[in-house]
Amino acid sequence: MTIFGGRVRLSALGLIAGALTLGAAAHAGAQDRDSVKIGYAVSKTGANAGGAAITTIPNYQLWLDDVKKNGGLELPDGSKLPVEVIEYDDRSSAEEVVRAVERLATQDEVDFILPPWGTGFNLAVAPLFDRYGYPQLAVSSVTDKAPEFVKRWKRSFWFLGGGADYTDALADVLKTEIEAGTINDKVAMVSVADGFGIDLVTAARESFADAGIEVVYDKTYPVGTTDYSPMINEASSSGADTFVAFSYPPDTFALTQQAQIADYNPKVLYLGVGTGFPVYGKNNGENAEGIMSLGGIDPNNEQNQVYRKRHEDLTGQGPDYWGSVITYASLQMLQEAIKRVGLDREGVAEELASGTFETVLGETKLEDNQLRKLWWVGQWQNGVFAGLAPADRPGASKPVLPRKPWQKQ
Amino acid sequence: MTARTAIGLVAALAALAILAAAPFFLGAYGVGLLIGLSGYVTLASAWALFSGPTRYVSLATVAFFGIGAYTMAVLSETLPYPLVLAVAALIGLAVALVVGLSTLRLAGVYFVIFTFGLAELVRQLVTWYEVNVTGTLGRYIFMSFGPETIYWQLLALAALTLGLSWWIGRSRLGLALRIIGDDEVVASHCGINIARVKLALFALSAVIMTLVGAIQAPRWTYIEPGIVFNPTVSFLTLIMALLGGANRLWGPVLGAVPLFLLFEWLSANFPNHYSIILGLLFIAIVFVLPKGVLDFVEKAWGRGSSRARNKPDEAGLGELEAGR
Repeated sequence: MTIFGGRVRLSALGLIAGALTLGAAAHAGAQDRDSVKIGYAVSKTGANAGGAAITTIPNYQLWLDDVKKNGGLELPDGSKLPVEVIEYDDRSSAEEVVRAVERLATQDEVDFILPPWGTGFNLAVAPLFDRYGYPQLAVSSVTDKAPEFVKRWKRSFWFLGGGADYTDALADVLKTEIEAGTINDKVAMVSVADGFGIDLVTAARESFADAGIEVVYDKTYPVGTTDYSPMINEASSSGADTFVAFSYPPDTFALTQQAQIADYNPKVLYLGVGTGFPVYGKNNGENAEGIMSLGGIDPNNEQNQVYRKRHEDLTGQGPDYWGSVITYASLQMLQEAIKRVGLDREGVAEELASGTFETVLGETKLEDNQLRKLWWVGQWQNGVFAGLAPADRPGASKPVLPRKPWQKQ
Repeated sequence: MTARTAIGLVAALAALAILAAAPFFLGAYGVGLLIGLSGYVTLASAWALFSGPTRYVSLATVAFFGIGAYTMAVLSETLPYPLVLAVAALIGLAVALVVGLSTLRLAGVYFVIFTFGLAELVRQLVTWYEVNVTGTLGRYIFMSFGPETIYWQLLALAALTLGLSWWIGRSRLGLALRIIGDDEVVASHCGINIARVKLALFALSAVIMTLVGAIQAPRWTYIEPGIVFNPTVSFLTLIMALLGGANRLWGPVLGAVPLFLLFEWLSANFPNHYSIILGLLFIAIVFVLPKGVLDFVEKAWGRGSSRARNKPDEAGLGELEAGR
């Protein structure tokens, strides 16, 4: 008897809890028009925080600072509205980023939402951006499926290409060198067993096969590996002149160190994410010279140099040489699109899709909602990570190969 | 007594009806909130179903949750949706039986460590398979139904879990479990087949967790091992169940609902200080409510009434502390 009495009370508690939930959820904010609300959810903590803190967050800050100095976002009639920023931390959780974007769209009723960091998270929120009619400028996501996504989500824009773009370009660079007799036609390849590594190595196998390049060593290692010496030794004895690693930043740094210790000197050394971090060039100094990776910049693009300087002044760190400048350029495009058509999201999406923009990248125009004018392969040259491929793009640097052996420090 | 049970049942059904109708009144954000809420309520209740009475602290929640999500991602294009759910449940059941048979003899901290390792093992196996066999790590789930449908399924599963939990608490099985939790030697002398009872409950709880993963997965569109085998899910489930009181029917619900809302409120209002505030709150909870909210509420509520309570003490936070 007494036990059941307790139970009825507890059910009542359950009801109260349920009612509280409804109350909390039903609350909605008011809207006024003396500011433009811009929101974003990005991984400030958790597994993705490292990437977001380099490519995404500093560029959001830099751009918001620009807008502030400009006196606000300019509208077609020339008036300017200050920006109100709403920022959430998705804590590197997919469920959290989905809910944060829902919150931005339906509770905070922001005018525009900036995308989260990472391929997976951009895909997780893409259906929401689409449903609520927000243009999604997905920068930090490498996917070969972008053309499909554009069909599925009309207002989605993809800025960083797909895995095959990068590996085809790498195969081209290698093929040219092989034909010139600089290197042999054998490649040793390692990759991290995670999204980025797997996508790229799968694409690379095909690109190399198409280019007639022989892969003599092909190994995948788990995330968090710290000892690369067995892989380096095997790659070293494989007879390949080219070593390719589709690695994450910690791996990239460790591979660089351990290749020096093993005195492993492949004629072409290509490493993954992290090679384009300014700290990589700073830490490795002379030894970074000649190392290749994804991304790059045109070293003679003055706008880009100004951007890099301002980025460093404001955030205390230089931008990376791959996604950072693209992130910033995508925001410049958004700003310009708002200036041309106003705060109508539909119109802004159309303008982004069809307009031509003057950004830090130079003249920028999207093709089928994708940025295709990218640097697919870059190389450290004279302290700058310079873009090599596509070789016919204006501003492309020439590859300097073979790279010099390690300098003993 | 039957009248009180009936009142309780009617109240529960009324609550269910209100919650089921909620999407018609709430915006998308409310529905999103309810999805997370009902997901965690189900996970915590399923966790308590096995771990409450047996006091086996399991960190394998996310292993089953992830298996469900992955099954959905792999099969959603090839099989009709209900069949995918059935397959997911079967896989969860098979894994739970294999794991249960081989590990339920472990006790105490060894079991905790094993279950934590299990989640990582499953994640690595999936990764290995994707890397070496399919050559792609991310998978896409495109479903035609919206978040409301996900919510209703989760709500139904939550109701089912609570119903099962209520029924088991009254059955011979529940009695057997409580004896096992108190003293395994006594239980075996009473003629209880300890291994079979534990295995049955472990498997049941695992199947429910698998289904939560399978139902929730379409919300993310894109699945990779790092996303679905996130150990935080295991820890949150455990904390919620313990906070409410893992030995009571409504305990996990009362732990999951306030904690989930608290997380949501914190991340909406203090995005930059979330982790710090959360840590402080957990410390406060351990000090103020060591045996769970329900125990605290009942003590406060029952103070003055002359009810003599003679219940086995709760597998609450206090016990974890005492176990150190």
